Amino acid sequence: MNEVFVGLPKRMVKISVDGTDVQVPEGTTILEACRRLQIDTPTLCQLETLTPVNVCRVCVVEVEGSRVLVPACSRKVEPEMKVLTDSERVRHSRRLVLELLASSVDMALCAQQVHGWMARYGAKPERFGAAATVAQPVKIDNDLYVRDYSRCILCYKCVEACGVDAQNTFAIGVAGRGFDAHISTEFTVELPDSACVYCGNCIGVCPTGALMFKSEYDMRQAGTWDESQQKVTETVCPYCGVGCMLELHVQDNSIVKVTSPLDHSVTAGHLCVKGRFGFQFVQQRSRETKG
Amino acid sequence: MFGAGGGTSSYREAEETDLIILWGSNARETHPIFFHHLLRGVRNGARLIAVDPRRTGSGEWADLWLGLDVGSDISLANAMAREIIHEGLANQEFIGRATSGYEDYARCVEAYPLERAERETGVPGEAIKEVAHAYGRADRGMICWTLGITEHHNATDNVLALINLALLTGKVGRYGCGLNPLRGQNNVQGGGDMGAIPARLPGFQDLQDPAIHQKFSSAWGGAKFPDKKGYHLSEMFEAMEHGELKSAYIVGENPARSEADQTRAVRLLSGLDHLVVQDIFLTQTAELAHIVLPAAAGWAESEGTVTNSERRVQRVRRALQPPAGARDDIEIISELARRLGSDWGRPSAEAVWDECRSLSPMHAGMAYRRLDELGGIQWPCYDEDHPGTLFLHERLWQDPVEGPRAPFHAVEHDPPVDQLTEEFPIRLTTGRRLDSFNTGVQTGGYTSPLRTREALLISPADGASLGVLDGERVRASSRRGSVEVPVRFDASLRPGLAFMTLHFPDQVSTNILTIDATDPKSGTAEFKASAIRIDKLVTAGA
Repeated sequence: MNEVFVGLPKRMVKISVDGTDVQVPEGTTILEACRRLQIDTPTLCQLETLTPVNVCRVCVVEVEGSRVLVPACSRKVEPEMKVLTDSERVRHSRRLVLELLASSVDMALCAQQVHGWMARYGAKPERFGAAATVAQPVKIDNDLYVRDYSRCILCYKCVEACGVDAQNTFAIGVAGRGFDAHISTEFTVELPDSACVYCGNCIGVCPTGALMFKSEYDMRQAGTWDESQQKVTETVCPYCGVGCMLELHVQDNSIVKVTSPLDHSVTAGHLCVKGRFGFQFVQQRSRETKG
Repeated sequence: MFGAGGGTSSYREAEETDLIILWGSNARETHPIFFHHLLRGVRNGARLIAVDPRRTGSGEWADLWLGLDVGSDISLANAMAREIIHEGLANQEFIGRATSGYEDYARCVEAYPLERAERETGVPGEAIKEVAHAYGRADRGMICWTLGITEHHNATDNVLALINLALLTGKVGRYGCGLNPLRGQNNVQGGGDMGAIPARLPGFQDLQDPAIHQKFSSAWGGAKFPDKKGYHLSEMFEAMEHGELKSAYIVGENPARSEADQTRAVRLLSGLDHLVVQDIFLTQTAELAHIVLPAAAGWAESEGTVTNSERRVQRVRRALQPPAGARDDIEIISELARRLGSDWGRPSAEAVWDECRSLSPMHAGMAYRRLDELGGIQWPCYDEDHPGTLFLHERLWQDPVEGPRAPFHAVEHDPPVDQLTEEFPIRLTTGRRLDSFNTGVQTGGYTSPLRTREALLISPADGASLGVLDGERVRASSRRGSVEVPVRFDASLRPGLAFMTLHFPDQVSTNILTIDATDPKSGTAEFKASAIRIDKLVTAGA
């Protein structure tokens, strides 16, 4: 019941998407307008909590009067805009983007949704030859997480979460240009020698499984990782008084992963090293003295 | 503050304020996700001022760092107030309408010219002036603090000195303004809210108010319970010392390791006639106990609620089955009640919470269903149509002000009890590191690549003058005891200032050095200010 200045009122803008009219507030993106109409739009590099970087191009739509396809995730609506999300040109472009990505990196661990898009657009990555042209060994240089860049589609989300959009640690960035572009620590040092503070917020936003909890990686290697047997329970972090909401992923009465809901007002999906990794004590309760 | 013990603002306000003073807090490491909100504020153009003896990771983000001497916060705050008044930046309209005690306060701070503050704090007068003017002129300004303010023998006075600044400039009760203690544990706020403080019942209701006492008593079937103020932790230890307190029931606390002057704490706990410890681990305190009650972990093996630093009540839920023999806290307490002759049955966490809601008006609207729907609710929340409260004390801006005026409290500089002398010339302060927590009972369970062994952090200049090398083991001694510890050079420290954590008691018992001088009002010990000396170890054959 407090008085809060919420900004100036926004004008409503009318646009049409696939022939359906919709009114949205000024400043809304085409993607949000599509979602309002429940038009499922593929995205890989987009996340509500991160600044759009327009790199994956899988969300492109056709806008009447525009020479090129436009990224729905960042393009703001304009009055009387006419958007097509399922034209042949859009379908062709989305299919090609998915094929190019999936033919160069291993996208097997992407969310089911991504595989659904591949099927919907008839993507056949194999027509570009052998997959995983950026194949390389998994980087395991610490006990908390692994980096498997043969799964990296260069969506920049990890860089953004490590940088200005959340953590502001700047341990990683994009190095190289063109096909040589890759995510790297400064001077390619190992993670323990970098500025990394192990908040794991890069894992939290990674859409392909390139960044992964060591615990998950080990279980996958051992063949014991089974998401169908996992239950997710929301609770509050046991450490400081900020009150971050945790999602505990539990398999066989063991916490195997910790995440936080993107829409939680305290965390926006982000945690620190204690919240993300400091859970083991609860399942190491031997009779020995602690403390 | 002014009758309700909670941070006045919401985290999101830090994103939309003009000035944030982080006072005695290294939130970058100790409250990292709050610091995300704060950094969003900085990105949106807010100025950040860090007041801390150490130039911490938080200070690195600040526009200005005031590296004051440990325990000189009141001198700094009072000098800022004097500067604000002299510059005509005091909000006289707000002071006149919503506060009381201004004249006494103004008289008190008049004795703190910049020269005096510079002498007592070690901060250049010009910098104090700049911060005073910046805070006075900002439209919106927040002050946030942590244990750098409260772990002192005059903790309450320190907090009052900060409250005074907000009252002086009208920076409370408005969006983007406020006074925020960042809580150190996930339910410190909730514990206080629930009456785990000596003179309060749930919802900060006064234990000694007959009407309140009667309300609780009749809700509990006419049960009789004391109507006099209890003891806080430090008073309990004093009562043990006098032989007045002979038995204790400790739940989820490890005072044998966490108390200042550990030798004394262990001696007193060992001397009790009867000690019961309820914990998820067999802690050092539990080892001293006659009876240990193994408990389920509150955050992952039980149902309930906790309250965070923005007064948000959130649910914790059972995700794991507790180990065999460990029981839920509610179950243990109910079972204890039954054996003492009072059968409460086996209430669920929700039933206990609903009882609390029926007795504590500020929690009344927080049904579990609503906590789930709204992602937690910030108190006060008076009924099930109430959205919760973004920030407190808006009433101070009503004309005429609703309810009592907010009082100024004139407080005076009072340096740390453990004085620096030639024998003990170095100021030792304590704190946390990013990846560890308190006595390490919980964080010891995971392997952190950031973790380094406990060390006595000193400035490279002190290392040179003491003739010790980075990494060399030394003896650190205070008036209470001494420990062997390796030194580590740390550029965030000024000469004369040393830093240790309490995270690794198995490596170094830092609390052998700390002083148990406590604030009489809050009971917190002066962990932040011990006087020590550092001696080279005598090498064999020397």
